[in-house]
Amino acid sequence: MNRYSFASLVRHGIMGHRGWKPAWRDPEPKTNYDAVIVGGGGHGLASAYYLAKNHGLNNVAVLEKGWLGGGNTGRNTTIVRSNYLLDSNARFYEHGMKLWEGLSRDLNFNVMFSQRGVINLAHSKGQLEAFRRRGNAMRLNGIDAELLNRDDVAALVPGMDVSGDVRFPVEGGLLQPRGGTARHDAVAWGYARAADRRGVDIIQNCEVTGIRRDHAGVSGVETSRGFIASKRIGLAVAGHSTQLAAMAGVRLPIESHVLQAMVSEPVKPVLDTVVTFGAGHLYVSQSDKGELVMGGDIDGYNSFAQRGNLPVIEHVAACLLALFPQFSRLRILRTWGGIMDMTMDGSPIIGTTPVPGLFLNGGWCYGGFKATPASGWVFAHTMATGQPHALNADLCLDRFHRGRALDEKGAGPKPWAH
Amino acid sequence: MLLIDCPHCGPRAQTEFSYGGAANVARPPAPEETDDAAWIEYLYLRDNAKGQHDELWQHIFGCRRWLQLRRDVISHEIISCSELRRPLAEDGP
Amino acid sequence: MADFRLHSGGLIDRDRKISFTFDGRSYQGYHGDTLASALLANGVRLVGRSFKYHRPRGIYGLGGEEPNALVRLRQGARAEPNIRATQIELYEGLVARSQNNWPSLRWDAASALGLVSRFLPAGFYYKTFMWPRRLWPHYENFIRRMAGMGRSPEAPDPDHYEKCHGHCDVLVIGGGPAGLAAALTAAEGGAQVWLADEGAQLGGGCLNDGDASAARDTIAALESLDNVTLLRRTSVFGKYDDHLYGLVERTGDHLASPDLGMPRQRLWHLRAGRAVLASGAIERPLVFANNDRPGVMLTSAALGYLRTYAVRPGSRAVINTNNDSAYGAAAILAAGGIEVAAIVDHRHMKERREIPGAEILHNHAIIDTRGKKGLTGVTVAQLDINGDAVPGSERQLACDLLCLSGGFTPSVHLYSQAGGKLAFREDIQSLVPKSEVPGMTVVGAANGDFGESEFIAGGAAMDRPVSLRKFRRKQFIDLQNDVTAADVELAAREGYRSVEHVKRYTTLGMGTDQGKTSNLNGIAVLSDALDRPPAEVGVTTYRPPYTPVTIGALAGRDVGPFLAPDRRTPMQECHEKAGAAFVPAGLWQRPHYYPRPGETMTEAVNREVLAVRRNVGIVDVSTLGRIDLHGPDVAEFLNRVYINGFKALAVGMCRYGVMLRDDGMIFDDGTVARMAETHFIMTTTTANAGPVMAHLEFYLQVVWPELRVHMTSITDQWAVAAVAGPRSRDLLDSLDSDIAFANQAMPFMAWRGGAIGGIPAQVFRISFSGELAYEIAVPADYGPAMWEMLLAAGQEFDVNPYGTEALTTLRTEKGHFVMGPEADGRATADDMGLGAMLSSRKEFVGRRSLRLPGLAGGDRLHLVGLMPVDGRSQIPPGAILLDKEMAGRAPDKAGHVTTSVFSPSLDKPIALAMARNGRQRLGAQLWAHSPLDNRIVEVVITDPVFVDPMGERLRA
Repeated sequence: MNRYSFASLVRHGIMGHRGWKPAWRDPEPKTNYDAVIVGGGGHGLASAYYLAKNHGLNNVAVLEKGWLGGGNTGRNTTIVRSNYLLDSNARFYEHGMKLWEGLSRDLNFNVMFSQRGVINLAHSKGQLEAFRRRGNAMRLNGIDAELLNRDDVAALVPGMDVSGDVRFPVEGGLLQPRGGTARHDAVAWGYARAADRRGVDIIQNCEVTGIRRDHAGVSGVETSRGFIASKRIGLAVAGHSTQLAAMAGVRLPIESHVLQAMVSEPVKPVLDTVVTFGAGHLYVSQSDKGELVMGGDIDGYNSFAQRGNLPVIEHVAACLLALFPQFSRLRILRTWGGIMDMTMDGSPIIGTTPVPGLFLNGGWCYGGFKATPASGWVFAHTMATGQPHALNADLCLDRFHRGRALDEKGAGPKPWAH
Repeated sequence: MLLIDCPHCGPRAQTEFSYGGAANVARPPAPEETDDAAWIEYLYLRDNAKGQHDELWQHIFGCRRWLQLRRDVISHEIISCSELRRPLAEDGP
Repeated sequence: MADFRLHSGGLIDRDRKISFTFDGRSYQGYHGDTLASALLANGVRLVGRSFKYHRPRGIYGLGGEEPNALVRLRQGARAEPNIRATQIELYEGLVARSQNNWPSLRWDAASALGLVSRFLPAGFYYKTFMWPRRLWPHYENFIRRMAGMGRSPEAPDPDHYEKCHGHCDVLVIGGGPAGLAAALTAAEGGAQVWLADEGAQLGGGCLNDGDASAARDTIAALESLDNVTLLRRTSVFGKYDDHLYGLVERTGDHLASPDLGMPRQRLWHLRAGRAVLASGAIERPLVFANNDRPGVMLTSAALGYLRTYAVRPGSRAVINTNNDSAYGAAAILAAGGIEVAAIVDHRHMKERREIPGAEILHNHAIIDTRGKKGLTGVTVAQLDINGDAVPGSERQLACDLLCLSGGFTPSVHLYSQAGGKLAFREDIQSLVPKSEVPGMTVVGAANGDFGESEFIAGGAAMDRPVSLRKFRRKQFIDLQNDVTAADVELAAREGYRSVEHVKRYTTLGMGTDQGKTSNLNGIAVLSDALDRPPAEVGVTTYRPPYTPVTIGALAGRDVGPFLAPDRRTPMQECHEKAGAAFVPAGLWQRPHYYPRPGETMTEAVNREVLAVRRNVGIVDVSTLGRIDLHGPDVAEFLNRVYINGFKALAVGMCRYGVMLRDDGMIFDDGTVARMAETHFIMTTTTANAGPVMAHLEFYLQVVWPELRVHMTSITDQWAVAAVAGPRSRDLLDSLDSDIAFANQAMPFMAWRGGAIGGIPAQVFRISFSGELAYEIAVPADYGPAMWEMLLAAGQEFDVNPYGTEALTTLRTEKGHFVMGPEADGRATADDMGLGAMLSSRKEFVGRRSLRLPGLAGGDRLHLVGLMPVDGRSQIPPGAILLDKEMAGRAPDKAGHVTTSVFSPSLDKPIALAMARNGRQRLGAQLWAHSPLDNRIVEVVITDPVFVDPMGERLRA
């Protein structure tokens, strides 16, 4: 295992980069593990890393059906924020934010976490008042938040049209200065490398086809590479949580939906913050490579196809031009889709399940990427101790049965409405 | 973009419709006599079939009828579209 | 400067000279040229700098595959970055500039990065820039500045775009020989056929052949048929569900600016019965050291410049190949006056061929090139039996053009988007469609149907001499992103072995050319590095769009004020004339307040509120949703969707109702009037007009289809004004009406129909302000007349029109919750203090959920009033309520402020709030804390009804 640093880069550069070791091993699965995590995306890999690091569990396998980070980890718009209204969400995501701030060095892998600020725009007095409430709640939860008026927004986002001549003039916004973006693939790779270094077996091209149960709970997983025994199984397969949980006979309050994202051709720096439009569905930032990275609403119907349709893309384009009419002549380079676990209340589900030894980390809706470190942290705790961490106590599956849904948007039990 | 063959209006673009979720979720006929578990199951739990999915759509910019579709959620192919069949939990259109 | 233009031939019009500038220098070309062909004709070879190392780059391809020649086209608001010179049709006065260089294209300071490039391998940024943490923003800033390519325009686009819908039986994608033939066959069979091609001229590869007459005949035949639509300059960029294709037609890009009234581009939503994919194939380059200098070009591109544009892309050429197609090409180049110095063929062949004047070097490879800003020569070497360069066999060949011919890659992107699977074919060393996908047929070169000369007998997709694989010098695979063979090998070495990992780690194929010339070579290098056959390495997913699509085209007309429709009430013009300040409410613009000259907003709102409390005011409430319900079961239906009972509602009376979702949360509220035994009119909130309609239709059609109810939305059919205030009855009485407004004749919550001032009207005695009030509904067209009549008649009562701000103050004084601030989708009826309304004698939507522990529990937020303890301080809107004893500790919130106003009636600030167990805490003192503006105000919890708690005024 090579340590990454400027010095090592120079040293290997002189040697023609022939000395770099694989970032992670490619082990054969063992027959038995102390814990098995299904899903080699950011959440699964982070969970494995924290199981090893925080809880001393090293005999752990991460099973990935395809390639690491090939699901939503590599398909999102890379936004990191903790600007939530409800306490349970806010505290959880803020714990994640703190982990993000030290992540590159903790993993010895630069995940390019860029705290450039996340602005939610308001286009009416009512929206601004709602942001006041959210901003105040955030501040009292120890999260940074600033309320912006129109001039503040104009100063932070110089290219934005804040004139009154548009359909939904900008009234102001809510800024989280510590929010920003990160390099999504690097998060999976960084966690994989760091987990591997602590002895975790990362096994790609290994599809779980069944979950075996005995009288005491789970006893292992059937995979395309044979049976692997474990008394602790964690599912971190957002997009397909219902399918995996069903293997153990558990039904979930989740539907799978497709969410599209897109990038423009790269241009020199034009946008230094993350901006969310408040009168339509658009969030946009500029990647370090120069592409405008954009997303919008889910397509709005159940789907397991990693592709969507034109209406959402056209809406995103129109919203972008509402804020930045000068981007009209730029071009969309790539669009893609990912499969979201949309929950019935728009909040994630992390914790225990009715089946002993089976743990669920899913239901991320569109918010999974930013949660990666916090999710791994509390999921590792839950898997190691059998009990939820204080930060995910309210995020467990049983909240629905207790009538304690965490409806951040107040949209009710319609997963496509969150 | 999906093309939904509305039994009243003919084939129309998906943008004329609004999605209404799984069709095999029947509201308990006597909620007050339903226990918590069954009520929660109706409110929140879904099969989320990966394959053929029975679902409701409303033709909001057309006849405003609620329709029942069977659609492949992997290929997005619409296998059938019809007026609602009742009871809803019955197997498909 | 040498003239590279031939005196005859080509498809250019030599009678139409065109002047243009590149990097500020003037040049001439002809009508029919592209910017690329015109630059080549003028001997301009250096046209750009690469993304990462800023290496000099020239024109490489002929069309959409071009990775290098990206320019900034046009100026000012029409400037566009990253446009491929190969696809820009020349027009008079065209202005183009090179990109990604400083201070100039020739002398680019950043090319010094080449000196340290060995420390910048693929993914170098993942390994460094981590210490110290505080410097990362500076590192990132530097990375961002070095990255990017062109500059974004800075002014709004002066052009417009439009969207069209099309339907056809057969869509043919690509106007080359295969596409033309398919289109003609389909059209002759009677089908409605559309054919789209990216170029200005149809013919595809035929244009480059000596004889395009056959293609011309087919085009003429197609043009003569009524059932054929030919779309030139049109890219089919995406395949979507149910055979919908996305097309962009570039209607104005070949002109300096679009013709008057014409869009710049047109986005087509084309629904095709089936599609014929005839998108052809793209030539693959070969990979060796320094294979990126200006003067290195695809062989097919060189042929295209010569044949289509009558331009010699060089004077002395070397051709590097692994297949037979290069020999025919060499002959054509030679005939065009280009000296072909050598054909360097990787293959060991028995059969000898002759090209006059050209040296044929079998079993040779190019191992390096020379030339700083343009190619001056190549180094070739003989290969031994292992495919290794024979030491000492190196030779230098002088040339200014190096044509690469590494086989052809079928353009299967749209097939792949349609869900088609690919198979690796050895004889062409490429991926081809494996099987039919429903609704799409792939034909011609796109299907791998090549001429025999294009087969790569026995070779690998990209044979590099074995010894070269250890070369330190850069061997580019992806020219645009500067991804080298060594980068791909490094990725594989570091464990990034999936082809998707390699793409993401190295950025291979992620440039604006989307890897059209690099993907296959990347697979070949990876296959080498992993020692696995290319078929196993696989391919990254092809995603739309096939070619980049202008954001403006995707937005179409939904720009500026047209992003969303404007909803206007019938009285909108009255409000505009009255100088109202407006506030958006969904798609509506509602009067916020009506300032009089010299008045501030606060003064205006206070005046309007007091007018209602003391005299009379009128407000436009036409935006509220209005639903007409008919049928014998309407009362039963209402009973099931509202928490309170409706069966006993008498004809001629109204009732307030609250609706829940089935999860027990408040969904909407409004009033229902019983117009007749089987006829009701329901109102909804403005925001929920649509959702409530859909909600009711759901229950009616899906859950209780047995109920005989018919519903219609009538929001747009009625203009409605509320007349509120103690003198509202006086005002109405002063009008000519057959309705008796007296308290006994028309008590609180009654409605009456009749005529007012000759206008048919329905009058509802309901109140949101808490005052004596009437809502007058008239058919929409009468709205302005009614409004003006009320204002005119109201003068003697000092009537004031009032806006939503006064409305908010009035309802806050009365403790009325609204959807949004108070009922935020997480609140129950009991939270709002409406527990008594919940009927226990019937089932209704949402009732069952109220028994769940979380909803019935003892720690819910209740609607309460707040007053500042000091009686003066404004209560910060959006403030969080904290228990005073919790000061300094991790706060467990006691609630939050939902609506904060100054009450002119009480002459002090008041607020509504949601407070935990608030109704049990009346009189308790809390802190309303707003860290955002650093304010803390001591407040006391009160009953939410501040004015007239007994409701005497509205019954007066």
